[in-house]
Amino acid sequence: MALDEMVMTQMNGAAAPAYDVSALLARIEALEQRVGELEESPAQDIEDRLAMVIFSGDLDKAIASFIIATGAAAMGLDVSMFFTFWGLSVIKKKTKFADKTILEQGFAAMLPGGSKNLPLSQMSFFGAGSKIIRKLMKDHDVTSLEEMIGMAQEFGVRMVACEMSKELLGVHDDELIDGIEFGGVATFMGDASRAKASLFI
Amino acid sequence: MSVTFDELLDVKGAKCPMPLVKSRKAVNNLGVGQVLKVVATDRGSVADFQGWAKTAKNIELVAQEEGADNGDTVYVHYLRRTK
Repeated sequence: MALDEMVMTQMNGAAAPAYDVSALLARIEALEQRVGELEESPAQDIEDRLAMVIFSGDLDKAIASFIIATGAAAMGLDVSMFFTFWGLSVIKKKTKFADKTILEQGFAAMLPGGSKNLPLSQMSFFGAGSKIIRKLMKDHDVTSLEEMIGMAQEFGVRMVACEMSKELLGVHDDELIDGIEFGGVATFMGDASRAKASLFI
Repeated sequence: MSVTFDELLDVKGAKCPMPLVKSRKAVNNLGVGQVLKVVATDRGSVADFQGWAKTAKNIELVAQEEGADNGDTVYVHYLRRTK
């Protein structure tokens, strides 16, 4: 072994202190084992990933979410978006009333039928606020929310709909846009625990 | 200053995050070692491209410069694909 020889050479040199070769080798072995353990530990699993929870069903927050998501994806990060509660409205494509209980039908009637019907978190003015923001975005050449959702999908952003919220609010799978996965908290945590950044919006 | 480049991308008028998104797509079509010139009017793109170069594993920001185009300030970025 090269190290062995090095130590021996030093030992044979003039005035070199006497090394205990076997003790050194044992120490190296212990350190190698420790490095191996650290490499296996979860802290080393951190990826260039961004994990987002989209809880809000507000238009402004959805726009912010998708600007961050598409920007991060463009930078080369893997992005996971977990849609839960009111956030499910962002990824709806239509509203269905069939096969739902009275309460679920009530929710279906009250909640937005998709990204195009989201209200603003402030200055909503019964929907007028959203129209004004969309007009402003258009005037300022800011990409629309719908285009950004499409871009996010094109970039391979992982979109997961919360199964529990879906059942709670009576949202059916076919009311959501295509390409959505279904999962729960562990699905989110699985990605979040390996992410460099997490956002709750 | 002029840097030689292989591809030109015009994102004038595009707002955040579009300059980044379109550049990413353009970079993906570059060969390794090739340079992309991006012309933007979005002032935020200056810091954005620096941030991107810092995070990205296959991008090198060769140069950035400011210029004028029909009275508009343009921000020019040169990106090299490193792998």
